[in-house]
Amino acid sequence: MSPRLRSGQEHERWLVPLLVGPALAFILIGSLVPIAATVWEALHGHDLRLPWLGRPFIGLDNFIEAAGDPRFRAALVHTVVFATVTVPLEIGLGLALALVMQTATHGRSAVRVVALLPWAIPTVVAALVVRFMFEGLISPSFDWLVRPLAAWVPIGVADVWKTTPFVAILLLAGLQTIDPALHEAASIDGAGPGRRFLTITMPLLIPTLVVAAAFRILDALRLFDTVYVITAGGPGTATEPLSMYAFIALMQRLRFGYGSALSVTVFLLTFGFALVWVRTLGRSLVGDRV
Amino acid sequence: MSAARGLRVAAAIGLLGLLLVPIYWMVVSSLTPEARLFEAPHLVPRTVTFEHYRALFGERQFLVPIRNSFVVAALTTLLAVPVAASCAYAIARFRFRGRGLLLALILSVSMFPQISIVPPLFLVLRALGLLDTYPGLVLPYVTFSTPLAVWLLTGFFRQLPPDLEEAALLDGASRLRALVDVVLPLAAPGVATAAILTFLYCWNEFLFALSFTLGPERQTVPVAVTLFRGRYQVPWGQVLAATAVATIPVALLVAGFQRRIVAGLTSGASKG
Repeated sequence: MSPRLRSGQEHERWLVPLLVGPALAFILIGSLVPIAATVWEALHGHDLRLPWLGRPFIGLDNFIEAAGDPRFRAALVHTVVFATVTVPLEIGLGLALALVMQTATHGRSAVRVVALLPWAIPTVVAALVVRFMFEGLISPSFDWLVRPLAAWVPIGVADVWKTTPFVAILLLAGLQTIDPALHEAASIDGAGPGRRFLTITMPLLIPTLVVAAAFRILDALRLFDTVYVITAGGPGTATEPLSMYAFIALMQRLRFGYGSALSVTVFLLTFGFALVWVRTLGRSLVGDRV
Repeated sequence: MSAARGLRVAAAIGLLGLLLVPIYWMVVSSLTPEARLFEAPHLVPRTVTFEHYRALFGERQFLVPIRNSFVVAALTTLLAVPVAASCAYAIARFRFRGRGLLLALILSVSMFPQISIVPPLFLVLRALGLLDTYPGLVLPYVTFSTPLAVWLLTGFFRQLPPDLEEAALLDGASRLRALVDVVLPLAAPGVATAAILTFLYCWNEFLFALSFTLGPERQTVPVAVTLFRGRYQVPWGQVLAATAVATIPVALLVAGFQRRIVAGLTSGASKG
């Protein structure tokens, strides 16, 4: 068998642009050019309600305004705290669920369906159902949605409910790559289940945990749908995350320059996080594709 | 059965049951008369009414957003998956300059927060008169689902043994011929998985649909459900009936393709 064929022959090189081109065009036109355009827009004063003011270049003024905007700073804190609180919960509960799913000897497909359903339904559906449950059933006399701190509870519950099964599915795949012989050997040597979990399962599961946490943190940093449905950022702006404030600046106030600057900060936040995560925790994200 | 094992089974059933409680509650409540929605919960509904569903498809014209969601999701899937598959095949089988860069680009784009491209897309779609149209939604959906599908399918093509296409190539078939006759049939499960995940992404997407539609004519299901308003308060019966309807296609896909969906999700995360 010729090894040259495996990676495509010289005379087939012309195929590569043909195969890659359309996808690359989609990504350029749909994502890279718009991101550049958002950054450019963020450097302008642009208010769709005041078209006679035009669209003057104002440098970093929008970002300077954001830095001094208490609503922006609160939204930034909300976003980061939300990620810090929910992601460890989801990882912990997801790990418990994965360990439980692993022991299932019967009805594996039923277990998979049950775990996939909350992940697969639209986020707004999950959020609406959780909001309904909090409005009537969980404690009818306590109004969760009008209290600044309590209003976070249904948001967190909706997020944890919807995403924990996803985490569990990722972690289960990681668990299944662990050779059972390792557990057997440790068992013969007298290690109990707790000891084996700490010395075998956890170290071997760390790459998967890193990936699952990265997915969850990136998702939590762009939190929008759940909040829009459950509290709309309220009471006041007590539960408003960054994406939501950017959306309001753009779509309700029609301040496109300032709203773009806020969108850019969401982008920088997620991208900065991703860079740090990949740098410090290695290449497990990329796997063996390169 | 030992006590420990019994405990584990009980824990499993308890945990998984907990996951289903909200979905069960949604279905039961959607069949409960509005006046009794906030009464003490019963496991089995005492009075069943289809009034909310009748109103949903009657006054609310919920078939319109369902049609919109289906059209947008289907068009996006038809556009994104073939484009992603050919790109993924090239990445998996050819060594070319910039391949690592291309993969890094695809991975970064799939991490983009959606809000970060809403402003220019809104302005461009408005300038082109594409707000509140199907293309106005399909365009952003295609660009957001293509990188994910490329990522998934690259992992999938890597796992396919190259021997068969090599045999076809040695027999004198062209690369395109080998691709169509040999690779595609083998890749069908992977392509189907990519199609299902793309469809689900479109069916569930909210922020773009909220930003780029203007009225009920082109709203998709998530937007329509969220913007339901009664005269005085949220019409919960109808809202829950709508969420139950929105869950049906998802539940069917999950029940039918659970194994493939799990394989697709985990190929993005664990090695191989």
